[in-house]
Amino acid sequence: MLRFVLTRASLIIPTFVGVTLLAFLLVHLIPGDPIETMAGERGIDPARHAQLRAEYGFDKPLMVQYGIYVGHVLRGDLGISAITHQRVIDEFRQLFPATIELSLCAVIFAIVVGIPAGMLAAVRRNSILDHGIMAMSLTGYSMPIFWWGLLLILLFSSVLGWTPVSGRVDVAYFIEPTTGFLLIDSLLSDQEGAFRSAVSHLILPTIVLGTVPLAVIARMTRSAMLEVLGEDYIRTARAKGLSPIRVVALHALRNALIPVITVIGLSVGTLFTGAILTETIFSWPGVGHWVVDGISRRDYPVVQGAVLMLGTVVMLVNLAVDLLYGLVNPRIRHTS
Amino acid sequence: MAVETEALPLAAGTPPHPLLQFWRYLAQNKGAVAGLVVIVTLLLLAILADVVSPHSAIVNHDDAFLKPPVWQEGGSWLYPLGTDAIGRDMLSRLIHGSRYSLFMGTVVVALALTVGVVLGLVAGFFRGIVEFSIMRLMDTMLTLPSLLLAIVIVAILGPGLINAVFAVAFVTLPHYVRITRAAVIGERTKEYVTASQVAGAGTIRLMFSTVLPNCMAPLIVQASLGFSTAILDAAALGFLGLGVQPPYPEWGTMLADSRELLLRAWWVMTFPGLAILITVLAFNLLGDGLRDALDPKLKR
Repeated sequence: MLRFVLTRASLIIPTFVGVTLLAFLLVHLIPGDPIETMAGERGIDPARHAQLRAEYGFDKPLMVQYGIYVGHVLRGDLGISAITHQRVIDEFRQLFPATIELSLCAVIFAIVVGIPAGMLAAVRRNSILDHGIMAMSLTGYSMPIFWWGLLLILLFSSVLGWTPVSGRVDVAYFIEPTTGFLLIDSLLSDQEGAFRSAVSHLILPTIVLGTVPLAVIARMTRSAMLEVLGEDYIRTARAKGLSPIRVVALHALRNALIPVITVIGLSVGTLFTGAILTETIFSWPGVGHWVVDGISRRDYPVVQGAVLMLGTVVMLVNLAVDLLYGLVNPRIRHTS
Repeated sequence: MAVETEALPLAAGTPPHPLLQFWRYLAQNKGAVAGLVVIVTLLLLAILADVVSPHSAIVNHDDAFLKPPVWQEGGSWLYPLGTDAIGRDMLSRLIHGSRYSLFMGTVVVALALTVGVVLGLVAGFFRGIVEFSIMRLMDTMLTLPSLLLAIVIVAILGPGLINAVFAVAFVTLPHYVRITRAAVIGERTKEYVTASQVAGAGTIRLMFSTVLPNCMAPLIVQASLGFSTAILDAAALGFLGLGVQPPYPEWGTMLADSRELLLRAWWVMTFPGLAILITVLAFNLLGDGLRDALDPKLKR
């Protein structure tokens, strides 16, 4: 077991080196002078240029610079934003909870709708219901979510006026960021209507970000269920006279869910890709919106920090999922 | 007797050509056929865009800003799907837009497939440090959210059609490498490969003409599904203002322009997205059908 954990954990070292290398090279690969890139200024006078050059360490050999960069990263120093002049790591810490909150809600929505839909499709195989669910799943899977978001805004915000268009909570409320998760903070703030406002702001972004995962989960649950339902132990359970609901919901679902949950866990990267688009559409003040802004404002320290942090988060989550999967499934643990 | 002689030719009949067999199998899948029909239609529209479009895709009409589609009050057959904020015909722009999506999809898949197959073959054949380096590099690329990586590449290369294509091809590369490598490792130890090796085939020959043809099935499936990913990603870049630049009518770029008009002109936003959805859906349907036809083992 320990060997399994160590082997899997050691595999992230080259990945981490790769992510830091990419983030590091980014500043050097952007066309133009790296000092102007980092400082966010144009036409710096030569004296200040030389000073900044020494300050950023650009006068040293590339390998040394990379070493210094990794040293800074390991100490939690990701540099300073060229626009706001705040520490990049602080900005990331402020904004990341918004992204996590949105992503978690989207995943929960996708699971709560997707798994029952997939189960229904499998149990009623080849019925109209099955075909309908699968057609919707394929549509969801093919959905350009940036358009889907605009469509929902048009319908629910503009025409019906049910949900707000952008942001996390109404500007009338000031909520102290205790946890960073507005659903919790708004409850803690004791302000009337704050929680309601936070929820109504979350609905559309959650649906938009959850659509593709929902489609994938429904498809996967269906195929995993179909496989499991053909197994001998299911026939045994049926033969024992257990109710069909018990057989499907307890005996079959448990085994069918293992691959589904693994896939959900391993798709954090895809989820962040969706978050970049969703946050842009809904002006959601999270990391995805931040990085798109960073690109358009040429705030490269921010882009560099975002690449590093998001890469690291995905890497760690993937590792955790791998380890958990190995824990619950001895076959995986022993073959690797 | 007569019955027997009649039955014989049937039994001895040659099996249908593999391609024909494959086509028959694919044709049974209604979804795949529908997808194929949509794709062929789009291809024709893209080729004949200049002939079938009622107007130019770029020239604006000063007398027709934000005209609604024909079925809505104020619309006319002159602009069947309405016009955008500076009076360009939506239908013509959508038809021309198919060129960008199909072009980008094709080039992305061709690039990623070629480079991915070579890297995958090399990793599968040479194992050891070569394989380790290639696969860890691919792991790193897969670790980053694909759109973030694509955005970063476009930031380095600059926005535009060709650079967006490079970015998306780069981002999708690891999938092809992984699939090729896995297939190669599966085939590598089989007897026909050893036989070919004993017969004196060189490494290059073994890689490309002995092993590769037997690894094609999963690659074809991945490529056809790769079209839909490529089209979606390229459109997302366009939407973020990093892909094809205005005034060119790429569907994602058209969507980016439509955001301020959401309330005033729903058609400017609705149609380009619908075009993306239909195209991506068609490629996914075809891809699913191809998977079932090429690899019955994967069929569920």
